[in-house]
Amino acid sequence: MSRLTELFEQKNTRVLNVYCTAGYPQLNSTLEVMESLQKNGADIIELGMPYSDPLADGEVIQSSSLVALNNGMTIDTLFEQLATMRTTIHIPVVLMGYMNPILQYGFEDFCKKAKSVGVDGLILPDLPLYEFEQVYGATIKLNDLDFIFLVTPETPETRLRKLDSLSSGFLYAVSSSATTGTDKDFSKVAVYLKRLKSMQLKNPFLVGFGIKDKASFDAVNAFANGAIIGSAYIQALSKGKDVETTTKTFLQGVLSN
Amino acid sequence: MHLFNELTNYQQPSEEGYYGQYGGAYIPEMLYSNVETLKHQYLQIMEDPAFKAEVAALLKDYVGRPTPLFYAERLSAEIGAKIYLKREDLCHTGAHKINNTIGQIILAQRLGKKKIIAETGAGQHGVATATVCALKGMECVVYMGEKDIERQAPNVARMKMLGAKVVPAVSGSKTLKDATNEAIRAWINEPDTTHYIIGSVVGPHPYPDMVARFQSVISAEMRTQLEAVTGSALPTHVVACVGGGSNAAGAFYHYLNEPTVELVAVEAAGHGVHSGMSAATTQLGSAGILHGSKSIVMQTKDGQVVEPHSISAGLDYPGIGPLHAFLYESKRGTFMSATDEDALKWAFHLSEIEGIIPALETAHAFAVLPEMNLKPTDIVIVCLSGRGDKDLATYMQAMDMKA
Repeated sequence: MSRLTELFEQKNTRVLNVYCTAGYPQLNSTLEVMESLQKNGADIIELGMPYSDPLADGEVIQSSSLVALNNGMTIDTLFEQLATMRTTIHIPVVLMGYMNPILQYGFEDFCKKAKSVGVDGLILPDLPLYEFEQVYGATIKLNDLDFIFLVTPETPETRLRKLDSLSSGFLYAVSSSATTGTDKDFSKVAVYLKRLKSMQLKNPFLVGFGIKDKASFDAVNAFANGAIIGSAYIQALSKGKDVETTTKTFLQGVLSN
Repeated sequence: MHLFNELTNYQQPSEEGYYGQYGGAYIPEMLYSNVETLKHQYLQIMEDPAFKAEVAALLKDYVGRPTPLFYAERLSAEIGAKIYLKREDLCHTGAHKINNTIGQIILAQRLGKKKIIAETGAGQHGVATATVCALKGMECVVYMGEKDIERQAPNVARMKMLGAKVVPAVSGSKTLKDATNEAIRAWINEPDTTHYIIGSVVGPHPYPDMVARFQSVISAEMRTQLEAVTGSALPTHVVACVGGGSNAAGAFYHYLNEPTVELVAVEAAGHGVHSGMSAATTQLGSAGILHGSKSIVMQTKDGQVVEPHSISAGLDYPGIGPLHAFLYESKRGTFMSATDEDALKWAFHLSEIEGIIPALETAHAFAVLPEMNLKPTDIVIVCLSGRGDKDLATYMQAMDMKA
């Protein structure tokens, strides 16, 4: 059973997935950030592989990607950094990134390597359903990696069911069609999440985009199995003095009762 | 590879938008419904006789089509072949870009869209978009690289005068690539009542095919006009500059399936193809994904898109449309390049011998003529894609340096 499936068997509400950019704020911060996230209550780590042209991301994640690239982060370096991660990291780790750098690395090699260092799943926003079914999905499944599709309020029901059936681990419910780091009106989001919940999907679903604090985390947890926080945490890291203090304060804020 | 369709007809990509291995729609789910609607409706709308008539009427009465096919006598004598110029520079707004924006604005109306967004490099597409938005009373926002805003000030002023909002793209290289990123992000964040008018034959399917079809009026006219003067619709060569490749796609379109016609695409070599300051995508790039389609992309070995260089903002792009990538790979197209210096030289030369001041982008197409080993019997059509008004500052600078 995959680490993600196991997690959701033990915990199906208020699951917190936190995004961080590999190689940010320093090239060698990757593991330090991941360890700190694990220690302070994150259930899943979504590790972003920086790309020069991240279309689905807003300003905050874009600029952290640029910093990481300038720090010298590459997929090779990332796998070197992750080679020993499973000695300290026990929670699920999902890699998020864009297709182009992965294609240059070699898609099959990438999947093999990801699996071998202990990565559990992939989120590739610009790998659409058609290409997944025609070409890439088989390689992902062959390497026993979970694949998490994004769905939006505009995704038609039949397509949504298909994306759900091809996903494993969880489904990524984008709160509204937007890039990351934009504010949301959660009364509108609630209608969509209610609908998702009533669909009795195969996968648990986590809500992402616009989740930034306790209020927004609590709001979506009324319907979802949990949520994904990205830009708000990156912003905290960019302003905070050290990784551990920043992460502790940030996650305490989100998870407090 | 089952994805790769066997293209026997270069004009028609596969149902999923593939030209050989290039094309497709690598877009985040947030864009799915917008792009899917377009994919299902564009051909149907474009084939509708009422739509065709509306576009044709505007191209005639508003844009000023057909544009002349001009026999360049002095240039022909100098090069030693018969050279015809397809005068897209005489289109309203000064370049071929408006052929596409006229089509897309009417298509946007048919789709019930209320607002238009666009990216622009040299500003010609931005001006052409702002123009049709003014014509149709639609709100218009144009994304433009901060660096391009500086070097194309007259076009920025024109867009503003036409009522468009110009938003600087400040990420990355601050040029066309980043303006396109910003426009795509804006489209993701906009409600579905916004239509994105892409200015070139790039982006996710169906954009490359749709833009090529709207620009194909260029070669449709070429055929009729050339036949009227020479008795044959077929030249030996068609030459066009390529950034993303919209004027080239339009100039090549009705010759794509005519194997005797050599299609010459001219890329911007910047300071020289291997100088590290170039935008010659096919020479420097490799297969990759940029702006939602698979094509040839200038990138590092790690798959990060590199920042290109060209003196002309319109060619300063690290990719190329998937149709062109396929023409390159299949060798149906001949790909050449011209440096900043050659382009500048030819902008002045064409002005002096034909009385036509071309855009810097266009000047690249002329720069390869002496290298084409042309024969006196050859009949060459050069797509004169735009006029040089917008580049006057660069031209004035060059004159100062010469003086």
